[in-house]
Amino acid sequence: MPKLTVDGVEVEVPVGSTVLQACEAAGREIPIFCFHPRLNIAGSCRMCLVEMEKSPKPVASCAMPAADGMVIKTDTPLVHKARRGVLEFLLINHPLDCPICDQGGECDLQDITLFYGPDQSRYTENKRPVVDKYLGPLVSTHMTRCIHCTRCIRFLDEVAGVEELGAVQRGEHMEITNWIEASLTSELQGNIIDLCPVGALNSKPYEYKARTWELRKTESIDVSDAVGSNIRVDARGNEVMRIVPRLHEGINEEWLSDKGRFLYDGLKKRRLDRPMVRRDGQLQPADWRIALDAAAARLKGTAPERIGFVIGDLVDAETMVLVRELAARIGTPNVDCRQDGSRLGYGPRASWLFNSTIEGIERADAFLLVGTNPRHEAAVLNARIRKRSRQIPMPVGRIGAAGIDLTYEVQDLGAGVQTLSDLLAGGIGFAKELRAAQNPMVILGSGATARADGLAVLDLAMRVADEFGAISEGWNGFNVLHHAASRVAGLDLGLVPGQGGGLDVAGMLAGGVDVLFLIGADELDLSGLSPDVHVIYQGHHGDRSAPRADVILPGAAWTEKHGTYVNTEGRPQRAKLAVMPPGEAREDWKILRALSDVLGVTVKLDTLGAVRARLAELAPFLATPDVIVPAAWERAAGPGDLGFDRAPFVSPITEYYQTNAIARASGVMAECTKLRLAEHSIKATGTHG
Amino acid sequence: MSSAVHIATRPYGAMAPDVETFAFSPENQEEVARILARYPAERQQSAMLPLLLLAQEQHGGWLPQAAMDHVAELLNVAKIRVYEVATFYDMYNTRPVGPIQVRVCTTTPCWLCGSDDIVRAAKDELECDIGESSPDGRFFLREFECLGACANAPVLWVDQDFYEDLDYEKARAVLAALKRGETPKPGSQTGRQASMPVGGKTTLFETAPESRPANDEAGA
Ligand code: SF4
Ligand code: FES
Ligand code: FES
Repeated sequence: MPKLTVDGVEVEVPVGSTVLQACEAAGREIPIFCFHPRLNIAGSCRMCLVEMEKSPKPVASCAMPAADGMVIKTDTPLVHKARRGVLEFLLINHPLDCPICDQGGECDLQDITLFYGPDQSRYTENKRPVVDKYLGPLVSTHMTRCIHCTRCIRFLDEVAGVEELGAVQRGEHMEITNWIEASLTSELQGNIIDLCPVGALNSKPYEYKARTWELRKTESIDVSDAVGSNIRVDARGNEVMRIVPRLHEGINEEWLSDKGRFLYDGLKKRRLDRPMVRRDGQLQPADWRIALDAAAARLKGTAPERIGFVIGDLVDAETMVLVRELAARIGTPNVDCRQDGSRLGYGPRASWLFNSTIEGIERADAFLLVGTNPRHEAAVLNARIRKRSRQIPMPVGRIGAAGIDLTYEVQDLGAGVQTLSDLLAGGIGFAKELRAAQNPMVILGSGATARADGLAVLDLAMRVADEFGAISEGWNGFNVLHHAASRVAGLDLGLVPGQGGGLDVAGMLAGGVDVLFLIGADELDLSGLSPDVHVIYQGHHGDRSAPRADVILPGAAWTEKHGTYVNTEGRPQRAKLAVMPPGEAREDWKILRALSDVLGVTVKLDTLGAVRARLAELAPFLATPDVIVPAAWERAAGPGDLGFDRAPFVSPITEYYQTNAIARASGVMAECTKLRLAEHSIKATGTHG
Repeated sequence: MSSAVHIATRPYGAMAPDVETFAFSPENQEEVARILARYPAERQQSAMLPLLLLAQEQHGGWLPQAAMDHVAELLNVAKIRVYEVATFYDMYNTRPVGPIQVRVCTTTPCWLCGSDDIVRAAKDELECDIGESSPDGRFFLREFECLGACANAPVLWVDQDFYEDLDYEKARAVLAALKRGETPKPGSQTGRQASMPVGGKTTLFETAPESRPANDEAGA
């Protein structure tokens, strides 16, 4: 490990570090623009100049490998002069529009200029204007502000895996562009807004809406998929103004998927903000008393085994605790948290977790994707796999969900169960590659488990994991990838009908129940439901299910309550209340608590603390936020002779931007969807490319 | 350079039009294969520069987007990577320009020797500004950085030929001849030989000893 002296302080840094990192290790802050620890080094901005002994001129610390015995100075007149000079050049063409720039207040250029910059301009010539580029509905551009750090280009090339931005022309004519007027196609494009050190790339939906210092910042968790990306919800008054990622090395690093970042305008639309009861065939506003009474009357007048609960994809664990308690007290076995018809949830916990953890992806050296399209089911996680594929040459095999570009090279092995069992038998060439790997990883998606033979496929996949060494000392490469934020908590809480009695979602919808209690469940096809079934809908959006409801109990969206979400790894995390629920809507666990009173089966959990204590009792491994309790490896009990379905595995997500009620209410997501569909039809008619 | 053949086949009329699709002509396809063969399989992108030049020559002096896209496809790289390269180098034109490329050197040595006059001459004779094509669409005028012929400054570069030792009148004469479809004699326009001192030889008066091979007549 090289030892260097930085401003008289001796530091030792890992091999492969740069001088910049050594300076940081020595507690020195070096101003930077183009350098980013997660991107390749560009060395183009020259802001990071430092003095190095024996070098006649200052060196760019971000691009200079740290070597033994270097003597670095970061606080000399030469360094200060160099920084001033670089800034003066950068500012020659940078407009002075900070007062109207969205980046103002969180701009690297502004901050660095404040510390190191000249206080006056000596430049009297005209500044260079640059035409703004169209990058789609998510990213707005003010290209005159661009300082050509190329972070945006590097991010899209390296992390997102879509080469769509570039720098054309050169020197003082250089421009960042996509050349062809088309929207970017990455599901991670929003991250270039954060990466841009100036105000050249901004959030289009947030454009000119607020100044950063007016925003109240609340730490939260993304619920648009089951990755559990850490986010910050920025609100002004009672309005969510934007969502940005927070750093979590184990999950999302510092990235966020576009759906998680941009769906928030859906929080303001189509909200259920007061209780409603159906009278004379019409849903009519009512007060809480009346609505709860109406719901309770129905529930009381129905035999327990004719009542069913279905839990949606955005529901927090606290609410699910209440559902569990309430269902138990009512005495119904019909509870299901798997709207998509998944068969998971029986047997060992390891059979529904992403056991290797997301960070574990960076230790894997071969991947087998079964019935999943991670690019759309878990965009940020997919970027990790891509990251790994750039670190080492790595075979990735895929069964089902073929033909989708995952941004890394994939071998399509086959369509369905047959291929999986052939692989197990060693009858496919890919078996050799998988066996040769040290830490092979199997990723099982719901395309393979949300079907009648789901348990049999699960069993087969677990046997494949065992057979090919995905389970070894210190390595569990058997991973289930969920896409519903609520799913793992639901399974951990046992919110599935017992294998003996109890109806699953399909059973309930097929006439198994007379009262259907939907907790934010909007991914169901209710068209076949008998008109006699009484539907109680508790949730926050008037989406797919609410119109069919007989009673509506308005709940809170995830930004409007304190809630625990367990991600696909089995990591419990807490989202905090950022704004209040609209109108008369209430936190969901409280609604169910109140309903239990009206029903006369009081669930004695009166505070959030009490609910969480109960959660920890029911699922002790969910007690500590952000701690994953690894699940012991054990193969699920054989499913018995269920027989296999020959149908190919298909990813459950057909439209990435429309996977939940909030996203479906969002105008921004709708525009993205429209563009994507238009793009597809262009491709299909062959007038493109 | 092997490109002489293609120059000859190039349309010397007005500007080549924009096109929706682009493909290399049969003879150029052979050339493409030869170019690609120069680079190892995993380094095929290195063929981007020569392929773009070839495409530009075939298309009358400029690269329509279809041509750049075609090159991207041939090399299996993202389109934007080709646009970056094509716009970076001055030798590629990414918008329609006159097929005869007139470049005036305006770097310091030429400038000291009066390149401003040459620019003026070119503007007057071609009736267009720097960065524009002449009204008849045949000529494209632009400024260039040092052409490496400073000893004969100021310099005008037209397609494959240098015209040197110019002043306003001489530059206009050269361009006027080109306009008439003639090919004026390239090289120094004052009649001096190569880059020999202006007033004639100042050295090397002795004849070369018999034993040594005589200098090449063309000099530099
Ligand atoms: S747009 Fe922003 S991120 Fe991209 S090069 Fe310009 S300054 Fe850098
Ligand atoms: S940060 Fe080092 S050159 Fe830009
Ligand atoms: S400066 Fe004109 S040729 Fe060198």
